[in-house]
Amino acid sequence: MTADALIQLRDVVKEFPVQSRAAFGGRSERLQAVAGVSLELRRGETLGLVGESGCGKSTLARCVVRLLQPSTGQILFDGQDISTASHAELAPYRRRMQMIFQDPYGSLNPRRRVGSIIGDPFAIHDVGPAGERRRKVQDLMALVGLNPEHYNRFPSDFSGGQRQRIGIARAIALRPELVVCDEPVSALDVSIQAQILNLLDELQGELGLTYLFISHDLAVVRHVSDRVAVMYLGRIVEIAPSEALYEQARHPYTRALLSAVPVFDPDETRTNASVELTGDPPSPLDPPRGCRFHPRCPRAQSRCAAEEPQLIPRAGDGPEHTTACHFPLVEGETMAIGAAPRMTP
Amino acid sequence: MSAGPPIRSRGPWELAFERLRRDRAAIASAVTIVFALVVALAAPLLAQLTGHSPIEQFTATGLSPTGIPVGPGREFWLGTDGLGRDVLVRIAYGTRISLLVGVLASALAVLIGAIVGIAAGWHGGAVDTFLSRFMDVVLSLPFLILALALAALVGPGLGVSIFLIAFFSWASVGRIVRSEARAIREREYVQAARALGAGSARIMFVEMLPVVSATVIVYATLLIPSSIAFEATLSFLGLGVPPPTPTWGNMLTDAMAYYKVAWWLLLFPGAALLGITYAFNVLGDSVRDALDPKHDQTIGAGRGGDA
Amino acid sequence: MIGFLLRRIAWGALVVWLVATLVFVVYFAVPRDVARLIAGRQASEETLAVVRARLGLDQPILVQYGRFLGRLSRGDLGESFITQEPVVSIVARDIPVSASLALGGAALWLLLGVGAGVVAATRPRSRTDRSITAAALFFYSMPTFLVGQLLLFFLFFQLYRAGFQLFPPGSYVPFTESPLQWARFLILPWLTIALVTGATYARLTRGAMLDALGEDYIRTARSKGLPEWRVVLLHALRSSLTPVVTQFGIDLGTLLGGAIVTEVVFGLPGLGREVVQAIIKQDLPVIIGVTILSSALVVAANLLVDVCQSLLDPRVRAN
Repeated sequence: MTADALIQLRDVVKEFPVQSRAAFGGRSERLQAVAGVSLELRRGETLGLVGESGCGKSTLARCVVRLLQPSTGQILFDGQDISTASHAELAPYRRRMQMIFQDPYGSLNPRRRVGSIIGDPFAIHDVGPAGERRRKVQDLMALVGLNPEHYNRFPSDFSGGQRQRIGIARAIALRPELVVCDEPVSALDVSIQAQILNLLDELQGELGLTYLFISHDLAVVRHVSDRVAVMYLGRIVEIAPSEALYEQARHPYTRALLSAVPVFDPDETRTNASVELTGDPPSPLDPPRGCRFHPRCPRAQSRCAAEEPQLIPRAGDGPEHTTACHFPLVEGETMAIGAAPRMTP
Repeated sequence: MSAGPPIRSRGPWELAFERLRRDRAAIASAVTIVFALVVALAAPLLAQLTGHSPIEQFTATGLSPTGIPVGPGREFWLGTDGLGRDVLVRIAYGTRISLLVGVLASALAVLIGAIVGIAAGWHGGAVDTFLSRFMDVVLSLPFLILALALAALVGPGLGVSIFLIAFFSWASVGRIVRSEARAIREREYVQAARALGAGSARIMFVEMLPVVSATVIVYATLLIPSSIAFEATLSFLGLGVPPPTPTWGNMLTDAMAYYKVAWWLLLFPGAALLGITYAFNVLGDSVRDALDPKHDQTIGAGRGGDA
Repeated sequence: MIGFLLRRIAWGALVVWLVATLVFVVYFAVPRDVARLIAGRQASEETLAVVRARLGLDQPILVQYGRFLGRLSRGDLGESFITQEPVVSIVARDIPVSASLALGGAALWLLLGVGAGVVAATRPRSRTDRSITAAALFFYSMPTFLVGQLLLFFLFFQLYRAGFQLFPPGSYVPFTESPLQWARFLILPWLTIALVTGATYARLTRGAMLDALGEDYIRTARSKGLPEWRVVLLHALRSSLTPVVTQFGIDLGTLLGGAIVTEVVFGLPGLGREVVQAIIKQDLPVIIGVTILSSALVVAANLLVDVCQSLLDPRVRAN
């Protein structure tokens, strides 16, 4: 636990009740989207959070900005526990943390003008007289690379990339400390992605922002993050500084993800030979016992089905690189191509 | 390639208005409605012009020696009714009642429906369950019987008619608005507003209302003709605005007795009633097409049975 | 399935009870002198006292309500204030008329309405479609009583003047006496209901069919080489029928309780006309009896419709 931690997550769990499809009765089961996550987000850094669809990263993001209330566990913002705060108690924190959404078409109200949308933070938190707000909004528009004269236009007049800029302007209006980016470029064309990522980078420098950057795209995450956390089925399986993760991933799942990233430079050594995971991703309603990854893992052994591995430094790593695996990959080790799991579930 | 004139941005409302403007049926019906409005406003003028007030009974000139109403002619342009009253002037004054009740009842119904619908859709949970059940109950009430009974009880009148019609109409608007509001609640821009710290009131008013307003406007336009028809039915059965105030409905009640000898008593008020409701229905359909060209074709296709 | 049925029945019972309570509150709980209504304005105090005692009007309101519900559950709807005739027998007398009207009208409007809707939907934007749509809107706009009056004028009176007394109003002959006469007096009322209600069904059917015909599965059916009539009737129409069936339940239930306006215009002695006269004469037991019956009929019809729909579409049950 470092002194400059802006966000601390301690064993955060988020469950959702799920109605079973039975004709009679209808037991309600619980789906653990986030199944015990402990994380730290340090001031000024960009922490990347990656994982497959359905691994719980969006849910975790929404818990951090308190769009959802965690079922158990603690969320500390700048040392203050906001896990169970009410809507009114959260008001001061809203100014300090904001979110950018994935869908540029769904995150802006089509019936409102963009000036009004960007000005929402000012209106909600009662900042400044109305005339001054307009000027501030136009400054924001210029800051994110939009033409301030388009203040009165509707979102439908803008392209996907421009709409994300609008969303970014809205998020940084009150100069927050933390911005959670939930797949901010996943819905954009590749060329536009680069522009938006550069914008986010510039803003981080200018405004001293801390980012939690969520994505399923490892190439993008590598480019922007200082540290990266890998999530699987509601749990964190590995955290490491960006380069360490990409060059020396210890968790088999991380290796498998990395191996799927296309490599364009033929001279670059392929440390991550293509690994195919067999088996379907299990349902979060009925997670496997022990290590959650063991049914799909080529390296799994009997211990993996019985005992859950802790997220600790392994194989001689420093405190910055933690892995939740009983048999982490060591230097130079590669995973067999298309290996079948040694353990059948 | 030359620069050309700058491309103007057109918001969703402007686009809808453009579509409406190009719809000939909409223009025709709008003209009809404006004409009716003019007639309604000019009714006193018409009375002065002809020299007949709407309630004056001209037993000498307006009735034949045997007491039968006289037909359209120089003295009475559209004829007289059973009491020798000028049909033209009465129709003109009747227009006032119909338009007034139609517009006010519709506006009231839509206002209540929108508020209840948005509140139910946004809050969800117990509030939604309660309001939804309440709307279901209101919709299950046998509305014509109860409206007649209540009107008879309280004493028929203009305000009573407006209130009753609004009461039996708001729930269908409420249900539609509620399901739209529920869908909107899950949209990301609402999530974004919550993340910014917006409270319930702000989200309902600033985020949801603009989005449901298209539906609300369509329903408002479509409720006007059904309100006018409802009022006419109440009047026809003797429980609308009380005599001697002329309404198209009570004029048609007279027609029941005299239609065999005085066709003008049936056809002129009938034509007025049909014309106005038809025009509003056409306008309503056009408004719906303008606001949402890809709409679900079955919504608004039916009407509460008043058979 | 049983659970679904029970829930719907319970809900229906609740609605009927609510309507009964509402009517009771409106007529008995609101402070007014019911006794004077019955006895007449000139009645003396003694008469009023006797009337009050006989009807139990001097009891506290909750007791009256209890007795009201009790009698209701036994099927006793009281007696007419005016004629003293038991409401139940009045209703029994009127129901065949309203039922004849409703069922004949229903058959006709289904034929006309759904038929016109299908025809219009299969020829979108053609002249046929536009005429049908305009005609449907025409009849949909008019209040029912106006349609009735116009039919009377054009189809009865004009023919009568020409010497053919084909469809006179104002009379009802039971089916058991003479089917021909029974139909003769009902043709114009049937037509009235069919035109007005049918217009709604034409619009509904046309809309639902247009939506259905645009779906992918229709395109698939056509590309499989199915003859057009099969595509239209067996595939598109079947899925379009859901809103139509729902509407039918409501409409039929309402009409069985008395097509008020039509009966008044044509002078038919059914439940509708009965209740209007009762309202004007303030004959409370009749008003209450018919209102509750009407509500129960709508609930029963809706229930029937729900059961049919849930048999056809299991998703309805899960709702």
